[in-house]
Amino acid sequence: MKIHEYQAKEVLARYGVTVPRGRVASTPQEARAIAQELGGRAVVKAQVHAGGRGKAGGIRLAETPEQAEQHARDLIGSRLVTPQAPQGVPVHKVLVEEAISIAQEYYLGITLDRARQRDVVMVSAMGGMDIEQVAEEHPEAIVKVWVEPWQGLHPYQARQALYEAGIAREAVPTATKFLLALYKAYMASDASLAEINPFVLTQEGQCLAADAKMNIDDNALFRHPEFSDYKEESEEDPIEAEAHRRGIQYVRLGGDIGIIGNGAGLVMSTLDEVTRAGGKPANFLDIGGGAKADLVRNALEIVLMDPHVKGVLFNVFGGITRGDEVAKGIIEGIQSLHVKVPIVIRLAGTRAEEGLALLRGTDLIPAVTMQEAARKIVEVTR
Amino acid sequence: MAVLIDKNTRVLVQGITGREGEFHTRQMLEYGTQVVAGVTPGKGGQEVLGVPVFDTVKQAVAATGADASVIFVPAPFAADAVLEAADAGVRLIVCITEGIPVQDMVKTVALVRQKGVRLIGPNCPGMMTAGQCKIGIMPGNIFTPGPVGLISRSGTLTYEIVDLLTKAGLGQSTCIGIGGDPVLGSTFVDLLPLFEADTETQAIVLVGEIGGSDEEVAAEYIRAMRKPVVGFISGRTAPPGKRMGHAGAIISGRTGTPQAKVDALRAAGVPVADALYEIPELVKQALGRRT
Repeated sequence: MKIHEYQAKEVLARYGVTVPRGRVASTPQEARAIAQELGGRAVVKAQVHAGGRGKAGGIRLAETPEQAEQHARDLIGSRLVTPQAPQGVPVHKVLVEEAISIAQEYYLGITLDRARQRDVVMVSAMGGMDIEQVAEEHPEAIVKVWVEPWQGLHPYQARQALYEAGIAREAVPTATKFLLALYKAYMASDASLAEINPFVLTQEGQCLAADAKMNIDDNALFRHPEFSDYKEESEEDPIEAEAHRRGIQYVRLGGDIGIIGNGAGLVMSTLDEVTRAGGKPANFLDIGGGAKADLVRNALEIVLMDPHVKGVLFNVFGGITRGDEVAKGIIEGIQSLHVKVPIVIRLAGTRAEEGLALLRGTDLIPAVTMQEAARKIVEVTR
Repeated sequence: MAVLIDKNTRVLVQGITGREGEFHTRQMLEYGTQVVAGVTPGKGGQEVLGVPVFDTVKQAVAATGADASVIFVPAPFAADAVLEAADAGVRLIVCITEGIPVQDMVKTVALVRQKGVRLIGPNCPGMMTAGQCKIGIMPGNIFTPGPVGLISRSGTLTYEIVDLLTKAGLGQSTCIGIGGDPVLGSTFVDLLPLFEADTETQAIVLVGEIGGSDEEVAAEYIRAMRKPVVGFISGRTAPPGKRMGHAGAIISGRTGTPQAKVDALRAAGVPVADALYEIPELVKQALGRRT
């Protein structure tokens, strides 16, 4: 789960990470009041998940509370178009923060290194830039420290990394505390990413998180009730939000052929196969293992919420999932949802014959292989 | 010989009294797997399908000599179950459970590796030695004994491929679903040497997907292998930044792209199927090419 900058800063502050003073606003009036509290001069920052906000005009300096109000009015309710989100992302809230006097901009990041199966702490004096670009062009400018599981990040490791990265020597003691607090927040929150870019050294010698990005491990949300309020705001697509409320793995992809299958790998391969056949998948939807009729009906309803869907392909290879249960769900779904679009169904594995028998006499188009199913759905939706 | 499990493997089921645990214990028994014990804390002394249940793994191992464990314990408790099995001296642990926090697995995997215990999964369908032993949830009826080994990050995709192989007259030696999580007990490179050494296996199918770099690492290892490997990568059309169901299946930034994986495998001399149905033909060619 991605959380917003203002939420990440709330979390980080709890663990002693120093962040600029400020608060989130949902209305221009609130933004004005917060700017007033901060002394008038403030930065107004659109709260969206897409990177490249600054260049897209999502971060604006206000000299007065009135200007802060105006910036907030312009941003809230607009769609921010960034290089990472060319179709635009809606802005619902802005973060209003004190304007800080930057002396140096650095980079701090903690994430999982999958290949080494442990967390990696990254420090760079080249802050404020896209870190992937730095990694590509100046790999030597990023100092990495791998954290030993069960031990955690030792203070000497943090210190060493900061010195090695070339952080201003007089700032290293404060920066060490900052980095250790960041690591503590990362671990305590079950984060999969905590990134401070830029990590700012102010002219007054203070270390501050000018920006903050945090992702939380979805698998760990059960032990973090404090993040339940963040869940809703992490969703940007209304259909994805609805699917997740119903416990369905759904990703919207923008095409016109709805895809439903069991197992992430099988569904991914189905998307690949439909694309190879010349079609454009509208979504990824995994009904998982052992799906019952009710879940299948729900899945169909979710896929059809996308108005662009011109046909649906079911691809189910039964292991735990039973073909007859899936067939029942599809029949119920079609009847109760008054489905008008063509549906191709490919059932294999456990109780596939029973399932196919149930579907006989309906308008559904059967297919024996995945390849055949992909070809048929592309034909009937063309 | 086979990889890791055969007809003599003595299996214990952690979480045997749960719905999933009991259902799959029945399936494993029907396949002929020697399920010798179950463990559910507080339910020691009961029986499930004729299998004795113990309170702890330690008791179960002492009483039955179980040497492999399969875990159906719910996610919040699954990492602890792995550690319990490792501590009780089980040599092979297969963790089916999906949704375990990554930080739990970072710690658990580090510890089991240190102990020299083999962990398969989590979030995996388990493993099969065709005709001998099934540990996990794979549908047994699609397998048939033969010379093809398989290692896969996906469950249902494995069934699909095994089904294609069987229908093409290509039987399987051992098939292992390594799981769809970012941190796994065994990766491709951990298992490839076992297939290379296995006398039953004559060719290996490696089924990867987007996310991480395990396929690229595997490609490097395969260069030095004697046995032929055939590859497949799912998620070739997946957009970056979107998690495709599996916690590990995500292209983040420039890492984990399908093209990098396909390129790395092909550069190592591995034929990579563009579509699933091409796999049996590539395997036949690989077997024919073998000297």
